[in-house]
Amino acid sequence: MKHALIGTRAIIKREALRFVSQRGRFIASLVRPLVWLIVFAAGFRAALGLSIAPPYETYITYEVYIVPGLCGMVQLFNGMQSSLSLVYDREMGSMRLLLTSPIPRWWLLFSKLLAGTFVSIVQVYCFLAIAALVGITFPIHGYLLALPILLLNGLMLGGLGLFLSATIKQLENFAGVMNFVIFPMFFLSTALYPLWKMAEASVLLKNICAWNPFSHAVELLRFALYGQFNGTALIVVVCALLVFLWASVWGYNPARTGLARKAT
Amino acid sequence: MNEGLKVESLLHSYGNKNALDGISFTVAKGAFCALLGPNGAGKSTLFALLTRLFTPSSGRVHIDGVDLFQKPNLALSKIGVVFQQPTLDKDLTVRQNLLYAAALHGLSGKAASRAIEGALERLDMQHRAHETVRALNGGHLRRTEIARALIHQPQVLLLDEPTVGLDAETRRMITDHAHKITSEQGITVLWATHLVDEVLPDDQLVILHQGKILKDGICKDITGEQSLSARFAELTESQVA
Repeated sequence: MKHALIGTRAIIKREALRFVSQRGRFIASLVRPLVWLIVFAAGFRAALGLSIAPPYETYITYEVYIVPGLCGMVQLFNGMQSSLSLVYDREMGSMRLLLTSPIPRWWLLFSKLLAGTFVSIVQVYCFLAIAALVGITFPIHGYLLALPILLLNGLMLGGLGLFLSATIKQLENFAGVMNFVIFPMFFLSTALYPLWKMAEASVLLKNICAWNPFSHAVELLRFALYGQFNGTALIVVVCALLVFLWASVWGYNPARTGLARKAT
Repeated sequence: MNEGLKVESLLHSYGNKNALDGISFTVAKGAFCALLGPNGAGKSTLFALLTRLFTPSSGRVHIDGVDLFQKPNLALSKIGVVFQQPTLDKDLTVRQNLLYAAALHGLSGKAASRAIEGALERLDMQHRAHETVRALNGGHLRRTEIARALIHQPQVLLLDEPTVGLDAETRRMITDHAHKITSEQGITVLWATHLVDEVLPDDQLVILHQGKILKDGICKDITGEQSLSARFAELTESQVA
């Protein structure tokens, strides 16, 4: 057990060192949601009226509404970025070092996931700090309660990325992941519009949003930021996390020949 | 025989094609075994199986007496690997890369530092410890990888074409070092190559071609009066014919 924990610490440290050395990645992770917050939200503020719905107790501006969704976006993109780096690691060979170490493979994958999640949490808090500077703040205890939720959401979205990295055969296919996973997951969620608003446009779209685990990750965070708890969202996120973890371990099973082809 | 590495009836297929056709061989503890084969012979597939990157269709592998597929973590703890492709993180320093590898083998703190210093010193790389890997030349890169593979004092060292792309002097230095660790440290070495000049007359030689073992024995016994390159060409060409 001690051996496994030493390994986990090393994997997290390595991810942190890589993150620090890749400043472009950090800046991009902040610029992306800030563009949405400052440009997109400013344009839509006039077009979208928001009624009072939990966890909000009063009318809010659109910028306030989308901040939790943009936090989710940071974690979603980070999960996919980790997935991309795993595919890259596999193509470049450095994934082999990890997979041939004497630590159970499921634990290695979980450690990798945890490392990516820590990085995403740092990104989210930096984003929240900038949001606070432009006047979008939450109760202090909301920032604290958000931490375990960000950990859970990061693991869930990272788990999806991990599973995808096991199934993506080539780096070039990553563009497909962007088109078919990230964008639908983000746009068909409650990150940008509340469910009732989506229902006005299409009941089918509203139902898809309601089933999307990313919606629940966003809602879980939205409630936590106001010191509230959303039980349904928690159950969905935990279930999605377990499914993605199981799928990742299956995807990286050495008995599957997908990895084998890389060795020839 | 005291076995360092034992491969039994190892079979692996990609679809209908057998990459390894039920091969068997044994390397004694502390021996140097050269696995010679042309490109596409199945060497890298064998290495992927020996390191459990994937599991074979059938067959068994014993690392220092431990069944790799029954007790994978114990068996992997006894292996050091140098892959064909460099697997170092280029943005990190040599020492950071080695610390990472040491931690994956359960070493941390002073124990890790001692092991890293020892491994770097043996490869004459201690003065490069704080350089980023990106700044290293091909020879130093390979030496770093060998040092990394030896940090945890493995019983078996697997090297998959470790001298590809290196100049003659560096190749000789690395080949000599691999031979030296068998005699000085008792480590079993499996050295995959397609370069005949890396094999010494007293080495164990396994010739792999199209997924089958053509010869397994002491190099000088296999070659007889011929040069290894002539014998190797004769064996592999007769298979094609």
